[in-house]
Amino acid sequence: MLCDICHKNQATVHLTEIYAGKVRELHLCQECAAKQAEIIQKQFSISDFLAGLADFGGIERRENSSGLICPNCGMSYEEFKKVGKFGCENCYKVFRDHIIYLLRKLHGSTQHKGKYPKFKGGISLEGQIEELKKYLDRAVSLEEYEEAARIRDNIRRLEKKLREKKSRDGKEGGKNAG
Amino acid sequence: MLDKFINNPGEWLKGKGPYSDVVISSRIRLARNLREFLFPVKLPVKSRADVVNKIDKVVKEAKFSKPLFKFNMESMDILDRHFLLERHLASLEFINNPKGRALFLSKDETISIMVNEEDHLRLQVIKSGFDLPLVWSIINNIDECLAEHLDFAFSADIGFLTSCPTNTGTGMRASVMVHLPGLIMTKRINKVLNLITKLSFTARGLFGEGTQALGNFFQISNQVTLGLSEQEIIDSLRNIISQLREQELGARKYLLDKQGPAIEDKIWRSYGILKSARLIDSGETLQHLSLLRLGVDLGIIKGITRAMLDYLFIIIQPAHLQKLQGRVLNVRERDFIRAALLREKLGG
Repeated sequence: MLCDICHKNQATVHLTEIYAGKVRELHLCQECAAKQAEIIQKQFSISDFLAGLADFGGIERRENSSGLICPNCGMSYEEFKKVGKFGCENCYKVFRDHIIYLLRKLHGSTQHKGKYPKFKGGISLEGQIEELKKYLDRAVSLEEYEEAARIRDNIRRLEKKLREKKSRDGKEGGKNAG
Repeated sequence: MLDKFINNPGEWLKGKGPYSDVVISSRIRLARNLREFLFPVKLPVKSRADVVNKIDKVVKEAKFSKPLFKFNMESMDILDRHFLLERHLASLEFINNPKGRALFLSKDETISIMVNEEDHLRLQVIKSGFDLPLVWSIINNIDECLAEHLDFAFSADIGFLTSCPTNTGTGMRASVMVHLPGLIMTKRINKVLNLITKLSFTARGLFGEGTQALGNFFQISNQVTLGLSEQEIIDSLRNIISQLREQELGARKYLLDKQGPAIEDKIWRSYGILKSARLIDSGETLQHLSLLRLGVDLGIIKGITRAMLDYLFIIIQPAHLQKLQGRVLNVRERDFIRAALLREKLGG
């Protein structure tokens, strides 16, 4: 079988493409397949996908996303929609309302349940709880009660952790004193 | 330095470990960023070296279980960079834009850190066979060591802040590489892969693009990184892989029972081609190696180890062949060298 693109070399790569419910088979030689793979990657990248979601969120949820720019790194929301990547951690604060929507679409959740890093000179457990409380107030003022409930669960989790840590520290202190 | 790696197959190619009849390797990747720097997409190229230097210093101070060697991508030639890609130690984007980027690597290739890829740090641990808990314990240790010296971008409510929102939260991607010739031959593969997608996991072909995976290898990995703990993600992936293996073994048994002679014939023919071809491209090689591995797994072919086959899957790739020969080869030359290598290793 000859390659469907160059019609010169023997086809050794067999692609099955499924697009809009239609199945198409392509038989390519190695060189054309390599070129094709590059084109496919360029055509559909994760950033295009994100842009779609991000845009939808922008239109539906907040009217004025176009003017948003992160003062720390200069990333605008428009640019983010193109590249699909944030420029710094501050972007997460600046675009927060849009990001929450995006994260829910992508992950079905907006609350971290995984590990917390050890904070060396960073934010303490108390500081994190404070940060969460601010988000909680904001969610309540926007009448986003589901979001608020999730944040509240997270605060409780951290408070439990803090209590455990304090009792552990207390015990260790006691040992040292004894 | 890199040349030391070529004749030394990575630990994950040992063909050992639990479920090695279906599972080639288990891998976990963590994305982390430093608070004090802009993410790589916005970081000026000249500042990238500051990130690399900082990581370099920490890596030297940290007490990892294995020493890591540093490679500057910029000073590495393109063939070496492709070699890293073929070994799953660097991404395509990473090797194509080497400016200000570095790779830290343990000698057995178990541990690697890409610096200044999409995120400042991309930690990776990979092991042969099916052992996600072990991989997690290794990578978690490294993460903890690094966190003692580095301040990671993190938010109390949405977790680790990554450049791409698809990684936000745990920043973790756990993936298992599986060999599924039985499910492909019984045409059950699409049904199974659809199910995996519905469970928020993705299945990607390892070689080649599209749905038809060359060599019947698939990488199964989590899509969701937020709202689940690392343990929960690992547990669901373990569950999925256990079931997937049952399905694959079931399909192999079905094939043997119903089409025994036809399957044996296919396997022996593949073995024959690999042992006697004088010119062979990588697509054809992958297809026959896959059948040969199936033959070894089913006990039809004896005297060849899985480790040898898993190693062959890697070294028949273009950059590996060229590294082995020590020079640039065109496609025709590669097909010739590939065939010679296969005959040598498989005793043709």
